[in-house]
Amino acid sequence: MSAERRDIEATKKMKGLMGRYFTELMSGPESGRKTAWCTSVGPGELLHALGFNVYYPENHGAMLGATRMATDLIPVANARGFSPDICSYLTSDIGSYLKGESPFNKMNLPGPPKADVLVFNTNQCRDVKDWFQFYAREWNVPCIGVHSPRAVGDVDKIIIEAVAKQIKALVPTLEMVAGCKLDMDKLKEVIALSKRCTELWKGVLKTAVAVPAPLTFFDETIQMGPAVVLRGTQEAIDYYEVLLAELEQRVADGVAAVEGETCRIYWEGMPIWGKLSALAGQFAQLKTAVVASTYCNSWVFDDLDPDDPFESMARAYTELFICRSDDRKERYMQEMIATFSIDGVLYHDAKTCPNNSNNRYDLPRRVQERTGKPYVVVNGDLNDLRLYSEEQTRTNIEAFVEQLAEGVN
Amino acid sequence: MKVYCGIDIGASAAKLVVIDGAGRVCAQGVQRSGIDYTRTADTLLDAALANAGLDRSQVAGAVSTGYGRDNVPWAAGKMTEIACHGKGAWFHFPQPITVIDIGAQDSKVIHLDETGKRQSFKMNRKCAAGTGAFIEEIAHRLAVDVAQLNGLAAKSAVDVPLGSFCTVFAATEVLEKIRKGVAVEDIVKGAFSSVVKRIVEMDTLTGALVATGGVVAHNPVLAHMLGKAFSTEALLPPEPQFTGAFGAALFAIEKNNAQPA
Repeated sequence: MSAERRDIEATKKMKGLMGRYFTELMSGPESGRKTAWCTSVGPGELLHALGFNVYYPENHGAMLGATRMATDLIPVANARGFSPDICSYLTSDIGSYLKGESPFNKMNLPGPPKADVLVFNTNQCRDVKDWFQFYAREWNVPCIGVHSPRAVGDVDKIIIEAVAKQIKALVPTLEMVAGCKLDMDKLKEVIALSKRCTELWKGVLKTAVAVPAPLTFFDETIQMGPAVVLRGTQEAIDYYEVLLAELEQRVADGVAAVEGETCRIYWEGMPIWGKLSALAGQFAQLKTAVVASTYCNSWVFDDLDPDDPFESMARAYTELFICRSDDRKERYMQEMIATFSIDGVLYHDAKTCPNNSNNRYDLPRRVQERTGKPYVVVNGDLNDLRLYSEEQTRTNIEAFVEQLAEGVN
Repeated sequence: MKVYCGIDIGASAAKLVVIDGAGRVCAQGVQRSGIDYTRTADTLLDAALANAGLDRSQVAGAVSTGYGRDNVPWAAGKMTEIACHGKGAWFHFPQPITVIDIGAQDSKVIHLDETGKRQSFKMNRKCAAGTGAFIEEIAHRLAVDVAQLNGLAAKSAVDVPLGSFCTVFAATEVLEKIRKGVAVEDIVKGAFSSVVKRIVEMDTLTGALVATGGVVAHNPVLAHMLGKAFSTEALLPPEPQFTGAFGAALFAIEKNNAQPA
């Protein structure tokens, strides 16, 4: 029995949009634009405001995973001295650099653009800094960033001030590399665009509150591209307006992403990039929709405020799930489980991504106690498929859906 | 007579059970799963039916389980081995139970309530530790047949711990023990102890402990050690290696009964 995923029409537009973004990135040197590398939840708005082409290498990491090129490239980085136990985005990307192979080549583009400056935020993990420092050494360019507090409970004034100060402290170096002064009006304009992008992306994700859901987590991992790499631009806004309209129409028409949806699952943790299609197919066969995730919601920055650029960026990038304390994470998940009418939670324990594997400190049991919703843990990895067992995962998921079906019926 | 069939095609062995409508076993069979699951299933079914003086027309329903569950064309339904081991174990022990199934390549902990409804389950991580594969590897290192392991472990009065989590490293430890002249029976018991420790780390117990699967079926000493580790007695259903197949056959009855007349 095969189960087809329903194609989202807008995706064709997104492919064009992402293609133009990549082409523009690669032509930076010829067009006289400087390139800034930025971590996916780093201060992208500031970089846009200074006129940089902004490149997000985690996007490249995900592409290496989704194309399964990572499988051949991670060992190259391992041999260089980067452990197989550290972030497999890092090892995939550095392996790609060392071997000179990239998914961009298949798009007739050269590999990732060389950075003029690398800007990180450790709100996700320390690995992003180590990743960027490798390239800083390779190219002898500045690597600067924000060291965010982690396991944050209340995001209070002290924290916000400290992070905002660090973001402000990036400006002189960035101005020097950019060769221009920061225009505050421009920054406010970019933040306003980013905020609008966030609102629309959140709206897209929220359409999955509908039963049946018009899109799934697997669609969202594709659709999130512009929210990650083009936030702060009008193009991203234009795209999400089209996508949102299509999904709202689906909801109005009762169109389901998963035909005959009977179970609804929350995905906690990183995607397993090399197995997205297989997993989407398995869930569809099981008439189970993965309707929400922490991951795709990580690019919702409610706190951005054009009238308060630095402090609002500090707040937006510190309010993230990934750098919050477990009690905050529990509350967040409790809300999501209620909002999206979730029947069960799947935790992906990604071997090389401890900071985004939230099953490791007994959180699943506590969330189950709060919500009464059962959970399952799938062992795997974002990019390193050597750490993934196809058969074991298949049985684990099937058994979980069997269990949910007993409760749902 | 109408009968129901359950087949559990595991990583190592395929098990088949034929039962009547009351859950009484009429026939059963086991053989290596091999490389052609469909053929294995056919061979097992035909042999079991022939032994019981039955034929395929009398099979009113069949459910497959295990790694090869998708490769049994004559099974109208399929369920995971988690569901089937739970079902089979609870049939014999209808109370809140924790089923621990130690298979050739994975281990499962399944919690069932007083009505037999599954509350939760866990599978081992992507690792051979705590599975039959680990014991097979140790037997290979010690140059003994797996069938001898239980007898050897029963002779041991010494606890020789194997500290390594990893099967390969544990095998290296075994080499070291051999070099130091440690008795084979003590090393085997140490290997059993290692399996038990990996299981204990997986989950806590709720209700009575029921052990299933080929590893405890062939190694009662290990089952006893498992119970001891949980400070209880490990209950064993009749022929624990067939519990999954038996549970699948029980599901076949349910599915048949659920069909409109």
